[in-house]
Amino acid sequence: MNDFDLVRKNLFRRKLRAVLMIVSILIAFMIFGVLAGFYRAFTAGEDRAAADRMITVNKINFTQPLPIAYYNRVRAVEGVRQVTFANWFGGYYQDPKNFLMSLAVEPTTYFDVYRSEFDVPPDQLQAFIRDRGSALIGESLARKWGWKIGDRVPVASNIFSQKSGGHTWDLTIAGIVKGKADHIDTNFLLFQYAYFDETRSFGKDTIGWMILQTTSPENNDRVAKTIDAMFANSTAETSTDTEKAFGKAFAAQFGNIALIVLLVVGAAFVTILMIVGNTMALSIRERTREIGVLKTLGFSGPRILGLVLGESILLALLGGLPGLAIAALIAMALRASLANVAPAFALSPVIALEGVALMIALGLITGIIPAVNAMRLKIATALGRG
Amino acid sequence: MTTESPMVRLTGVSKRFTKGKETISIFDHLDLAIPGGDFIAVMGPSGSGKTTLLNLLGGIDRADGGEIAVADRRIDGLSEGELATWRAANIGFIFQFYNLMPMLTAAQNVELPLLLTRLRSKERASRVQTALSVVGLADRVKHRPREMSGGQQQRVAIARAIVSDPNLLLCDEPTGDLDRHSADEILSILQLLNGELGKTIVMVTHDPAAANYAKRILHLDKGRFVERELAA
Ligand SMILES: Nc1ncnc2c1ncn2[C@@H]1O[C@H](COP(=O)(O)OP(=O)(O)O)[C@@H](O)[C@H]1O
Ligand SMILES: [Mg+2]
Repeated sequence: MNDFDLVRKNLFRRKLRAVLMIVSILIAFMIFGVLAGFYRAFTAGEDRAAADRMITVNKINFTQPLPIAYYNRVRAVEGVRQVTFANWFGGYYQDPKNFLMSLAVEPTTYFDVYRSEFDVPPDQLQAFIRDRGSALIGESLARKWGWKIGDRVPVASNIFSQKSGGHTWDLTIAGIVKGKADHIDTNFLLFQYAYFDETRSFGKDTIGWMILQTTSPENNDRVAKTIDAMFANSTAETSTDTEKAFGKAFAAQFGNIALIVLLVVGAAFVTILMIVGNTMALSIRERTREIGVLKTLGFSGPRILGLVLGESILLALLGGLPGLAIAALIAMALRASLANVAPAFALSPVIALEGVALMIALGLITGIIPAVNAMRLKIATALGRG
Repeated sequence: MTTESPMVRLTGVSKRFTKGKETISIFDHLDLAIPGGDFIAVMGPSGSGKTTLLNLLGGIDRADGGEIAVADRRIDGLSEGELATWRAANIGFIFQFYNLMPMLTAAQNVELPLLLTRLRSKERASRVQTALSVVGLADRVKHRPREMSGGQQQRVAIARAIVSDPNLLLCDEPTGDLDRHSADEILSILQLLNGELGKTIVMVTHDPAAANYAKRILHLDKGRFVERELAA
């Protein structure tokens, strides 16, 4: 037997009570793990945004189109190294449930602007540019459906339809795009804007947004001002911002949800804190006499403090660790289906460490008051008069 | 009485309790000397300060004045931490209500004081076994307190008190909760610990029959001792 056995046996002397506390802590940390994973997924974009990349969208909001004529005018702005553009396609494969992150893009410039993120073999890129009806797909999308170069894939849209009727575009896969780092999402399909624009039944000559690269991040402000001034008072005013800021604005929509979620989790934690803290205090008070006996035997105040804190920390870990483990399993299970919305959704080591720190904090906070009381307890008082 | 220094010496010890505005004096300049190897029964009316006396001797309560020495060591000036260490090595306590840990087995209860030593688990186990044999419970090691009678629980408590081999045993009404037969068993064990192992014992009791197991009886009344030698 050692002090740890003592701690363990103390914790489980009332099994039902211990199990109920463990389960409530488990649920709290499960929620924490899943939500922290989500939060990471939504904010991951910010970190990888290139400093010299900017995005021009319609000032009303980013779902409103821009005239394609803007493209050439932006090209001519001083301080702009390269411009490309894209249009949201709202694609799916076979069934609307199989969402396909798909964009109609300008094929010659797109991978120049994104060259620090993506690798396309030059011959495949040439094939893509040459063949109007072709598409490039990301590696993970290729893996997901088992698509290979040369396959003909029917891609349907839940927004657009063809002039000839129908919602489906048949595209030939010209190449496969690789991410240059692990965290870069390659779950997408890109096809030629020219072909898309020519065949769609409405919205002709408009694009979704432009992505431009400045000659240097120092020029960002000036370039943004010039562009937005250029289109001021037109029917489609623009808003140009760094990719980082854009990502933040995009994430802010989720940010509000994140705040609500944070409040909910916070409330749950505070509740659990109070329940566990109160239960700990109660169970230590029930043991007043035994603590007096331990002190009589020669257990010092600090040692008693350690035993009580050990118990509350052990409790937090016994609930928290399985809670995090379940959260990790949930993250793994949901990863595939959430790949489009939240590609970086996972329980990262950082989250796990934060979780463990949170458990220890929970243990310390719930245990400290009874522990200090136990440490200070006078033996004569504890034993009563007998 | 010999002239060699006693096991326990109280010199001019005072103890007061304050209850609200009232201060009651339990001991006022009390002197007491207990030689090593003695077995003393302390009797006296309820509230006369018997438990308080044991608490002072065992360093679990502090005197308001005077000197307390056990085995030539002054304990009145020790800090809480020093007292804890000192108790672990020098004092064995036995209470009226056994005070065993309900979730621990007999052997684990007896092992508790040894967690404070540097002994290896093998050595600890053999000491636990020895202590349980002394009290005649070698066959109950795996039993938990609730699976044992009061007498058996008190025997486990005695084993716990002697396992780290202290010289002084302080017993506060050790048979107060037991029937005559169990009480006699417990008292015989105490007598054996005193006679065979030379433990000095101070036992508080209400029961004259229990007191008769001791070598001397001290009557505590109004903060003073009245000694009566036993007619054997
Ligand atoms: N912690 C305490 N606070 C106040 N009064 C106490 C305390 N401990 C003991 N007393 C009082 O001191 C007196 C002696 O108590 P105690 O030593 O327990 O007596 P006994 O064991 O002889 O019955 C009693 O009047 C008791 O009420
Ligand atoms: Mg008493």
